[in-house]
Amino acid sequence: MANTMTLIASSTVGSGGSSSISFSSIPGTYTDLLLKVSLRSGASAYNDYVLLQFNSSGGTAYSDRQLTGDGSAASSGNRSGNAQMFAIASSGASNTASTFGNGEYYIPNYAGSANKSISLDAVNENNGTEAYANLSAGLWSNTAAITSIVLTNNSATNFVQYSTAYLYGVKNA
Amino acid sequence: MPNPTRIEINCETGVESIIELTDAEVKQMEADQVVAAARRAEEDAAATALATLKASAKAKLVAGTPLTEAEANTLVL
Repeated sequence: MANTMTLIASSTVGSGGSSSISFSSIPGTYTDLLLKVSLRSGASAYNDYVLLQFNSSGGTAYSDRQLTGDGSAASSGNRSGNAQMFAIASSGASNTASTFGNGEYYIPNYAGSANKSISLDAVNENNGTEAYANLSAGLWSNTAAITSIVLTNNSATNFVQYSTAYLYGVKNA
Repeated sequence: MPNPTRIEINCETGVESIIELTDAEVKQMEADQVVAAARRAEEDAAATALATLKASAKAKLVAGTPLTEAEANTLVL
């Protein structure tokens, strides 16, 4: 079991916002990757999905199964054949001001030669009647080592100021 | 007015770059926003329809009246 965690890189979005956050030239020297994010988009909704793409590779290789609670009901579902991984819910512009969606993506064996499985969990913040908790199992059906990750959001709007992303490498000591 | 920007962090060097989108990338972003809004509307409509079916199924169960197949499907796990 991997038992150390090293910060590889991080970013905080500045005052103008940012359409995407990308990590390039990810070293292959770790066992797993852990990406911790705190994000808010410009979407006029309570719930905006974060999209995750590896190695700038789109196509139809991303799929996921998810469990979601929105504060009043629970639901489940699946997606397949997508060009990006539908990851967590970020907070949108309708959420309580200055709140962010927070989540983690864990990517084991990211540098290996098998397809890449990903676990994703997140919540978004809203001091109102609707907020989301999401747990997903994702799959990128591609055997290439992951060397870059791009984060965008489903509404194709900017991540707002103070959104953050921290990428950690995890390995055996 | 400048175009929106994107952030790229090179994990080998640690250098963070803030890169202005090209005009073509801005157009693509605007097109993606239209598609996303349409998809969102479809998802919202489907969620509303499902909630309506569930409520109807529950009311009929309580009243002891027959359910439609669509209503019954909302109860089968």
